[in-house]
Amino acid sequence: MTCEESKRLLAGYVDGELDLVHSVEIEDHLRACSECAKLVEMDRSVRSAIAQSHLQFTAPESLRRKVEAAVANAFPEEARSTKSPAVKFPRRERAWQWAFAAAAMLLFAVIAWKLVPQRQTNFDSASDEFVSNHIRSLLPGHLADVESTDQHTVKPWFNGKLDFSPPVQNFEPQGYPLVAGRLEYVDHKPAAALVYQRRKHYITEFIVNARGAQDTAETRSTQQGYNVIAWTHDSLHFWIVSDLNTIELEDFAHLLRQ
Amino acid sequence: MNGAVQREQFTQLVMPHLDAAYNLARWLVRNPQDAEDLAQEAMLRAVRFFDGFRGGDPRAWLLTIVRHTCYSWLTRNRPAEAAEAFDEEAHSGGAQAGASASSTSAMMTTARSEYYSSPEAQVIAQSEAGRLRQGLDSLPLVFREAVVLRELEGISYKEIAEISGVSIGTVMSRIARGRERLRQALGNPPAPLIITEAGPKPQTKAAAIKGQTS
Repeated sequence: MTCEESKRLLAGYVDGELDLVHSVEIEDHLRACSECAKLVEMDRSVRSAIAQSHLQFTAPESLRRKVEAAVANAFPEEARSTKSPAVKFPRRERAWQWAFAAAAMLLFAVIAWKLVPQRQTNFDSASDEFVSNHIRSLLPGHLADVESTDQHTVKPWFNGKLDFSPPVQNFEPQGYPLVAGRLEYVDHKPAAALVYQRRKHYITEFIVNARGAQDTAETRSTQQGYNVIAWTHDSLHFWIVSDLNTIELEDFAHLLRQ
Repeated sequence: MNGAVQREQFTQLVMPHLDAAYNLARWLVRNPQDAEDLAQEAMLRAVRFFDGFRGGDPRAWLLTIVRHTCYSWLTRNRPAEAAEAFDEEAHSGGAQAGASASSTSAMMTTARSEYYSSPEAQVIAQSEAGRLRQGLDSLPLVFREAVVLRELEGISYKEIAEISGVSIGTVMSRIARGRERLRQALGNPPAPLIITEAGPKPQTKAAAIKGQTS
């Protein structure tokens, strides 16, 4: 690879966006060319300077309130439609209205409750997705959005990126150091992905919001040679995926559940 | 019933990205009041078109709307700025990405990059943040957009390409050029020009990017 080519692909390399072939080629070139290696280093230092500078703006409260009101307005809940004629009814009939509203809410609750388990039942297809995701993450440069062995770095990183706060712990003393975290979108939901290491094996823990779902015991499966353990706890679905042997992966699942 | 479900879905899928929406608008139009108005307008559009959202990444979907809203506004209200964006693009052929034509001593480059990874750099991080903010603020529109999506939102090239409606190769070249200028804003000299004997090979750089074919 010439310097010309290397420079053209440099940004992609620094961002871990190159395919395997070009990553390898550019790495070969970087070993031979200190000029280009320097450029990579400078690009990385710009990146880390940006990351440390907190240049993100957050939505002002006034905007959030306006948008929330607009959302409520645009998608009215059924129970509301009984609200407007309320003034016309004498007192006794109003009681009927309340009963009706309560019935509507109950109906809604039942339907919502019916919908939730339906989403859970596609366990296999979800596991498939998690396994593919885990495998994809092992390709060079794809493991992490935030690389750290410190749970106090990884956990806040998820702030504002998810609608829940994933539990993050480092199990280094037990031989499962936390190496990285990243954001995923799996099974139509945003998911936290935490990467742990056991010797040379990587374990990806996916955490998905499971609002309202009941706690479940662990379910084990094997897909494409990867072991998958899944459970639900505290309104969160957990999936752990790894090529680690079943026994150690189960130990790890117990650690997580403690 | 339907309304309640849609509302729940919108709240779960789209609302968590309100900050990202505002952030993008804020960096594209560069003032808080217009950004708030535009982010609000974009969110209202998202509400209106939520029926049309069929899976995919809700953040990318929302940011596409935000970008579109901002560009329409810029074309109406600051036509010169919007036109300049396309001009800038025309003069920044992908081949020169990351290799701005100016040569500086390599020694100085090393000294600088060492300096920036030193502990003192941490101490002056405050003013460094100020310079970066200013540097990003003064980037031409399309570079600013690419850098904000990549560095502040951590979005993949492929998704940025979808949001901005350009090829992945163009995204990479915009990010490279944006970083180059930010490096200058930080006080680093421009990258040394490397003269190669062999001319550039006619290789399509887009083909090198993962996910291009999917």
